[in-house]
Amino acid sequence: MELPRYHRLQGALYRLEGSRCNACGTLHFPARAVCPGCGGTEHLPHRFKGAGTLWSFSELYQLQRGHPKDIPHLVGIIQLDEGPRVLAQITDAEPEELSIGMRLEMVTRLIRSLGEDGLRIYGYKFRPVMEKNG
Amino acid sequence: MRDVYIIGTGQTPIGELWGHSLKDLAVEATVKALYGTDKQAVDCLVVGNMCSGILASQESLGAFVADYAGLGPVEAVKVESACSSGGAAFREGYLRVASGTAERVLVVAVEKMSDLLPDSVSSSLALAADGDYENLHGTTFAALNALIMRRYMHENGYKCEDFAGFAINAHRNAVSNENAQFRRPVTSKDYANATIVASPINLLDSSSISDGAGAVLLSADPKDSGSARKVRVVGSAAATDTIAVATRKDPLWLSAAEISARRAFSQAGLEPGDIDLFELHDAFSIMATLSLEAAGFAPRGRGVRLAMEGEIVPNGKVPIATRGGLKARGHPVGATGVLQVLDAVAQLRGQAGGSQVPDARTAMTQNIGGSGASIYTHILVAED
Repeated sequence: MELPRYHRLQGALYRLEGSRCNACGTLHFPARAVCPGCGGTEHLPHRFKGAGTLWSFSELYQLQRGHPKDIPHLVGIIQLDEGPRVLAQITDAEPEELSIGMRLEMVTRLIRSLGEDGLRIYGYKFRPVMEKNG
Repeated sequence: MRDVYIIGTGQTPIGELWGHSLKDLAVEATVKALYGTDKQAVDCLVVGNMCSGILASQESLGAFVADYAGLGPVEAVKVESACSSGGAAFREGYLRVASGTAERVLVVAVEKMSDLLPDSVSSSLALAADGDYENLHGTTFAALNALIMRRYMHENGYKCEDFAGFAINAHRNAVSNENAQFRRPVTSKDYANATIVASPINLLDSSSISDGAGAVLLSADPKDSGSARKVRVVGSAAATDTIAVATRKDPLWLSAAEISARRAFSQAGLEPGDIDLFELHDAFSIMATLSLEAAGFAPRGRGVRLAMEGEIVPNGKVPIATRGGLKARGHPVGATGVLQVLDAVAQLRGQAGGSQVPDARTAMTQNIGGSGASIYTHILVAED
């Protein structure tokens, strides 16, 4: 069930919240208590905009327990415009539409469901940015 | 620090061993490693294991193995470092003997995986990744390696078939290893037709679910080796990297492999050109590629070329997976680090049969935990 665990994660999952180091200004995702760059221990929450490019991706054919068996199941690493890279599921796209370097944006979706009487975990996924018609 | 010798070796066959429990495997490897020695003289037991609580419903493996292997009241502890638990246990045993705090240390590494169904096994293994920022999103270890492999191909201009040489070499070398899980060759056609697991990774890029155990007895006294060729541990080092792939400064570079290899080379007074065989962590072809680069055997972006050019075979420039590797010998995760050492010892003693590396005197082993988060490097030398 792990209810408290997902309660603690809501800032990251719903708002893509990481942290900013007060000492050197580096932005981190996930949030950190200690800056790996300068060692600073004072951090404020930082909400990322959720815009970035696709660094790499994979289509999974063998899933863990508890993940809906909707094929294709796509995961990627996204290079956020603000600096950090984020691993996330890719949604609203067919595998053949993906290419390294393409623009992506964050959306909030169902990540997994913990069984029949369990939690439904919502959080960030990324999708290709639609071309504007015009 | 004192010199440390490997004076006893033992292992089980590797495979999906339905009839054998974790206890059976650990005891069998222990009995074989202690054959002909006085059990009373073992003053410490170190057990390497990743996931026995979930996979085999048993924790407290230190006391558990000591009890059932008949080691009496010996000091015993379990060491865990994900897929590098075996390497971590070996280093723990090495340090105890080298420091003089123990005379004879038995290192047993074991994993029992096949009692659970594959999706449960893969969920258990995924616990070695970052729980909230990788595992939660459904990434298996194949997925994390796939993300790295696709990026590597993109940056360096390789195609999937360029990686076929890793599986072909591993399987060919396993044919003559009586303990290997897959004793059959595979061809480039098999590789091209293999099922995709997590694109671009296919089944022949990936190690399997395996049961097995390996054990080594370590001592400061070379006379304990008896008539067998003496094997000394001349380098032992470890390092870590970020737990998650995405937060790594350079996800295409195994910095923990570079750091631990550099330390081990410097302890041994050796360099990559002096190594006769390299038992690396080929859980996936891309990990073998990155290990070759970070450990100093190939320039960045060119590790896969050693496989393409036939240099990783037993009589090539850098022999790897010489008894089948993780891919074909099998990968009982927590046991692998010690199985790599056992494969290296077989080579150094000229007991590797059809995949013997000619005149092997110096061997390196490298065991990786997670996607590169914990890496253990050891160098072994045969002494006459």
